[in-house]
Parts: sequence; C-alpha cells; structure tokens
Amino acid sequence: MKCSSAKRRRLTDLAVRLFAQVASLLALGALVWILFEVLRRGGSALSLSLLTKGPTPPGVPGGGFGNAVLGSLLMTFLATVIGVPLGLLAGIYLAEYGGGSKLADLIRLGANILMGVPSIIVGVFVYAVLVVPMGHFTGYAGAISLAIIMFPVIARSSGDILALVPASLREAALALGVPRWRVTLGIVFRAAKSGLITACLLAVARISGETAPLLFTALNSPYWPTTLNGPTANLTVTIFNYAMSPYEDWKNQAWAASLLIMLGVLVLAKGTRFLLARRRD
Amino acid sequence: MNLTTEDRTALPSLRDVISARETRRTAAPTEVKISVRDLNFYYGDHQVLFGNNLDIAANRVTAIIGPSGCGKSTHIRVYNRIYELYRGHRATGHVYLDGVDILAPNQDVLELRRRIGMIFQRPTPFPMSIFDNVAYGLRIHFRLSRNELAERVERALRAAALWDEVKDKLHKPALALSGGQQQRLCIARAIALQPEVLLMDEPTSAIDPVATARIEDLVEELKKDYTVVIVTHNLQQAARISDYTAFFYEGRIVEFGPTRQIFTNPRDPRTEAYITGRFG
Amino acid sequence: MTFDTASTSMRSKVRTPSRAIRAGRAFACFDRPFHWLALSAAMSLLGLLIAIGIALVWRSELSLRTFGLRFLVQSVWDPVRHQFSALTSLYGTIVSSVIGLALAVPLSLAIGFYLAELAPPPLASFFGTAVELLGAIPSIIYGMWGLFVLAPIMADQIQPAIQSVLGSLPLFQGPPMGIGLFTAGVILALMVIPFVSSVAREIFTMVPAVMKESGYGIGATKWEVVRGVTLRYGLSGIVGACLLGLARALGETMAVTFVIGNRHAISLSLFEPGNSISSTLANEFTEASEPLYLSSLIELGLVLFVLTLAIQTISQLWLRRVERSMGGVR
Repeated sequence: MKCSSAKRRRLTDLAVRLFAQVASLLALGALVWILFEVLRRGGSALSLSLLTKGPTPPGVPGGGFGNAVLGSLLMTFLATVIGVPLGLLAGIYLAEYGGGSKLADLIRLGANILMGVPSIIVGVFVYAVLVVPMGHFTGYAGAISLAIIMFPVIARSSGDILALVPASLREAALALGVPRWRVTLGIVFRAAKSGLITACLLAVARISGETAPLLFTALNSPYWPTTLNGPTANLTVTIFNYAMSPYEDWKNQAWAASLLIMLGVLVLAKGTRFLLARRRD
Repeated sequence: MNLTTEDRTALPSLRDVISARETRRTAAPTEVKISVRDLNFYYGDHQVLFGNNLDIAANRVTAIIGPSGCGKSTHIRVYNRIYELYRGHRATGHVYLDGVDILAPNQDVLELRRRIGMIFQRPTPFPMSIFDNVAYGLRIHFRLSRNELAERVERALRAAALWDEVKDKLHKPALALSGGQQQRLCIARAIALQPEVLLMDEPTSAIDPVATARIEDLVEELKKDYTVVIVTHNLQQAARISDYTAFFYEGRIVEFGPTRQIFTNPRDPRTEAYITGRFG
Repeated sequence: MTFDTASTSMRSKVRTPSRAIRAGRAFACFDRPFHWLALSAAMSLLGLLIAIGIALVWRSELSLRTFGLRFLVQSVWDPVRHQFSALTSLYGTIVSSVIGLALAVPLSLAIGFYLAELAPPPLASFFGTAVELLGAIPSIIYGMWGLFVLAPIMADQIQPAIQSVLGSLPLFQGPPMGIGLFTAGVILALMVIPFVSSVAREIFTMVPAVMKESGYGIGATKWEVVRGVTLRYGLSGIVGACLLGLARALGETMAVTFVIGNRHAISLSLFEPGNSISSTLANEFTEASEPLYLSSLIELGLVLFVLTLAIQTISQLWLRRVERSMGGVR
C-alpha cells in the first residue's frame, strides 16, 4: 500500500517534469518553425529589385515594394523623433521628480494601462482626431499613432532605468552647484546611457512590426512617398494586402517583406544588446 | 521653511553668544566661517537633529564624530542644502556662512554649492574622462578659454595630489582609476570650483589604509586654503587630522571643543564613553 | 549675526577673484520649466488614456444613439440595411481569447517551472532567450505563418484528428477548413505564452528558498513542492499574469485577422470561421463609407477599449498588491 503510493508519487513527479520539458521544447519548436518558414519562403522571394522597384498594377508580374520600405522607414523615424523625447521626459518625471508620490504612482499605472491598449484602438483614435479633421489618410497620422504606442513603453522603461542610477551620483553633481536639469541630462543620462539606448531600440523594434495602427492612419499607397501628407506606403500593411490578394506573385512578395520585417525587428531587439555588451568589454 | 525677516535678523540668544565666545577663546585667533544656530532637522515627521549649535572655524579642520545614525551626515548635508533633493526632508533654524543665513529662501543654492564643496562616503566619479570630471563644474560655473580651463584642471589635480598619477591619461575614463584615486579626483573636482569650505562625509570609509593615509595628508594640506568639516567614524582619524571636534549623540551636539581637549579631557560622560570605545 | 561678518565676506571676495568672470552659464533658470516639461509629458500619458475614451465615444455617438444597448446584445451586422451590433464580434473575440488562454496557461506554467526549477542554467538561458524571441516576433508574421503554414496543417491533419476522437461534440462540427476560431486561438496561445511564462518564471524564482526547502524537508517530490508550496504561494501573481495575457489576446489584431475567417456569424463549432472586434475593424474600417457604418465600427472599438481597460486596470492593481505582499515576505 505504502509502496504503491510512493511509486505513484514518483511517477506523477516524472510526468510533470516531462510535461515541463515538452512544453519548453514546444515553444522552441514553434520559434524555429516560424523562423524557418519565413526564412525559406521569404528568402527565396527576396531580391534586390524588390527593394528598388515600386509595385506594378495587380496581376502584372515584376515590381517590388521599395516604396513601402522607404515609407516604413520614414514613419518609424518620425515616430521615434516624437516618441523618444516625450517618453524620456515622462521617464525623467517618474524617476527624478515624482519618486514615490501618489501622482507618480497613478501615472505609472496609467502608462501600464496605455501599453495594454490594443494597437488597433490607437489607430481608431488617431483616425478620429487626425484623419477625419484633415479629411484624408496621411503618413503623419501613421507616425503619430506609432509614437503613441512608443510613448508609454519608453516612459516606463526609461523611468525604471533612471531610477537605478545611484543617488550618490546625483548628489555629487548637485553638490558642485549644478542645476537639477543639467544633473539629469548631463550626469544621470550619461550613467544610464546604454540602458536607455537599449530601451529606445526595443521600443523602435516594437513599432516597426506594427500593422494595426497604420491600417486607417497611413493606409497604404502604390506610389513612392514624396511627402507624408497623404496615404503612405508601408511594409506591414503591404504584407497584409498582398497576403490577402489572389496573386501568387504578391503572396511571395508578402513573404519577402515578412522576412525583412522579422530581420529588422530581431536585430533591433536582440542584436543591440550583444553590440552594447561587446563594446563595454 | 517659514523664516520671517525678523527671524533671520534676530540676534542669537545670550547663551549662544557666550558659547560662541567660549569657542573663540579656546580657538584663539581664528575666525568663524560657519555658525549653526538652533538647527533642527526632520525626515517627514521624524525629527533627527535637535537644536544644534556649532561654530566652524575658518582654515581649520573640524571633525564630527559619533555613533552611527546620530545625525552627523545629516548635519553637514544642511550646509550645502543637498538634503533638498528628497521629499519631506526639512531643516529649521539658521546656518550662517560668513554671517549670511544660507537657509534663507532667497539664497542662491547653486552659488552656495560652488562655495561649499562636498566629498562623499564612496567616490562618485562621473561617467566621463578624468579631465572632464574636473572640468564639468568649471564649465558650468565659469566662462573660460580652453587654456584657462586646462590650467585650472591641472591646478586642481595638483592640489589634490593626483596630477602625477593621471597626467598621461587625462582623457581616459575616470572609472578606470582605483578607489583612492577616484576619491582624490572627487576632491580635485570640488576644489576646482575654488570653494571656501570642503565638507567631507566619511571620505575614507570605502578606501584602503594606504589611500586613506594619502587623503589624510591631503586634508592637512588643504586646510591652508579651505575650511574643512569632516565626518568620520574613525576616532584615530579625527584625532590625527582635526583641530576641533564635535561629538554628536542622538541628534544632539553633546560636546564641542578643541580636539585635544575632547580626546584627552572630555567633559561629558557620554563623550568619554564613546571615546573610550564603550559604545558606538 | 554680529561677529566677523564684514571681515570674512570681504576676505572671501578677495580670495575668489574668479567670481568676477562668473557668467551664469549654469542656466538655473531652466530648472523650473524643465520640471514642468517632464511633469506635463508624464501627465499626457494619463491625458492620452482619457482622450482615447472621449474620442471613441464622440465618434461613435451616432451609433450609440441609433442602437442604444441593442448594440451589445444583437448579432446582426448588415451594412446594406444599416443594421449593426457587436455580439458576433464580441463572441469571436472572447472565444478565441479563451481558447488561446486555455492552451497557453498550462504550457506557460510548465515552461516557467522548467526554466526556474528544472533546467540547468545554460539550458535555462537558451530556452529563456527562445521564448523571449517568440514574444518579439511581430503579429503580422504570426498572421502570415498562421494563414499559410499552420492553417493547411490544421485543415489536413489536426482538425480531422480531433474530429475522429471528439467529432460527436458540437464544439468540433463542420468541415475542417483550417481557419476559424480554433486556429485563431492556437495562434493567440503562441503569442501569449512568452508573456505568461516569463511572469511565471519570475514568480517561481521569487518563492523563498526556505519555503521550498521545508517542502523537500518532509520528503516531498519536486512536483509536490510546486503544487503545494510554489503554486499556492504564487497563485495570485499567476492569476494577474493570466489576466494581462487575456487583455493582450482580446486586443490582438493582425494574427487573428489572418486566420479567423472573417464571417459575421455565431456558431458553437470552433472550426467554423468567425470574426473578432479587431478583425472586423481591420477588414471593414476603410470600406465604411456610411456615417452610421463607420460610427458602428468605432463603437466596436469602444467596446474593445472598455473591455481591455477594465481587465488591464484590475490586473495591474491586482499585480501591484501581489508584488507588495510578496515583497513583504521576501
């Protein structure tokens, strides 16, 4: 009796351990499978001409999505220019001025919730307050919705990173008679530099794969972006449109574009950390 | 701080004046650089300093000793108002620097901190080159030509007895220096601004004995040009380098006088207990 | 003060001639504006949250007035006859998310357990990185993979296999098309796993060693310690993580849009195509020319916003409390 229960206990333990390993292997398998498919299908479709040419009319073979690459780069750049300073300022408030106050706590909660707002809702919001009044879809609206997604991410991460800078460093600078804002920008930022850069790059990685907020802000366009004041071509919406199209050629292009996006995102999200780590050695 | 004009100009009480006189009599021909009157300090609702009165003599080294948590550091952190960094930290009373109350709301805090330099427990080099560390405060406070800047940096590094060790690597990161060198760099950074007072908050507590000895020698040198206030845990250090010693206990100044007297002939039994190592 | 004031201040002036060239380069005057700038940036985080709510209500006013509460309980979606309501999309949103979570939570707990307790450190960091990367893949890639790789396999192998075993249940009726609520749920599970498992891992490692040791001390197996001590100890944290994962799944757009089938219908079978709020928005928003159509779509967005806002707020406050109490124990 006692013996058999001990056996059962051991078997249960073994089963759970096995399940834990299988689950981990499953996650790894899914990752490898996705990466493999994107590499295989995207790799065989990707060519230089895809990056240098604009799209051809539906059904006509050839063409590329160079315009979408450029449009995505422009909008991501603009979003970064807006989102990073705003996010860093909010992070400065959280770490340097707010401290443990009730207001800072509330703002932290608000930022967390804002991060959890579905990105498509951000798209609807920007549509309602920018696209409707302006009367047409614009790349600016797309960039702003991306910036809104970036903003709380950078605010929270930079706030946490700045809070890690030891108080003694702030005191040492203040004791020299340096004004508070210069202590923050000159000393605290410098001490937290690599962390802040990583946080910003991660945020850029996050928005560069976003599709939903662009669907009804920047829309998409078959033309090369000469201005952001109109519908602007971009990679992710191009993938969506091409994937849903009946043309085999476009589907292949969608895979090529997916590969491009995936490489970009993974390099931004992971590669920078290695680079920063190596530079420190 | 609700200081009315009346408070600020009020004459010190008779007792204060007498105690100040006594101090000066024992201190012979020195001048008073900083005088503290009825200083109280609070962390929120919690009071940690109680009615501190103290006169710091110009061009002398004044040591502040006492057991941990007795308010030594808190006391000197009032002199340059660095405590204001934190929410809920608040001081009442008066601290006169050359007769001007630095706790007055209209005090230019940045200029105050230029005049009163501070060295901390742990070396706090900024994440930049050795040269830039020293030049940082100079660039902010003064408009200097390149040559003037370089000259002042060199002078400060020489005064901190660091020049010979770093002159060939001025543009290397300051974080690569040893702990003792970093602390001397911090001293150079402070004296580059030509302050009048140097506050040292246990400057050798994180440093090895050899480096400590160098810094103690340096303090001896520095008092020619600066008024030095040093908080220390190390009684031998206080005895070695200070001219005056104040003994703090539970937020109060129990005894203050010439170092020789405090260490050889303490008047208060608590001072004696501490000096002889019975507590603390 | 009466003593020495004149003489010492005179002296100090003489001793620091440099004060004459002091040029006020410190720009102390920027201190206050900088503080205000930082504060207003931080406040605009809260402002944005409020502004999103207001804008959604404002732009869906027409639909709110036309349909009232009917919007939430009816299942008709007919742009031609100008009849709109949210139930179909809401059903698909919730069902696909629940499937996703039902698959993801046990797997995530197992992964968290493996990473925190079982795996030797190098393997743990390897698998940890893999899971992290899984979370970094953009949702549109999940969509492409789901539609072109997973859906055919679902249609040809997995769904027929499930039907051969559980085919009698109403949940698994209908032709195995590969796209539909079930496939959407599977993709959502993959997207939620990195998130929940990293929280689970953190919670497993946060359990004080003494508590675990006292479990082993009475001769319990690893699993028994996890079930009896770790899980009980970390339960509230894991619940919070699951709620956050749910909020993510509810709002996920692109991956779901690719594989859910985009049909306005409620069916009990999980193999049938359906839609979710976000997929409806993604598909129809730019086609909506009628004011009432557009307004109804925005009201759909409002429903999703309120739903995620509620779950987010609850789970954030919950996690905050958990953190505080765990911190107390540590």
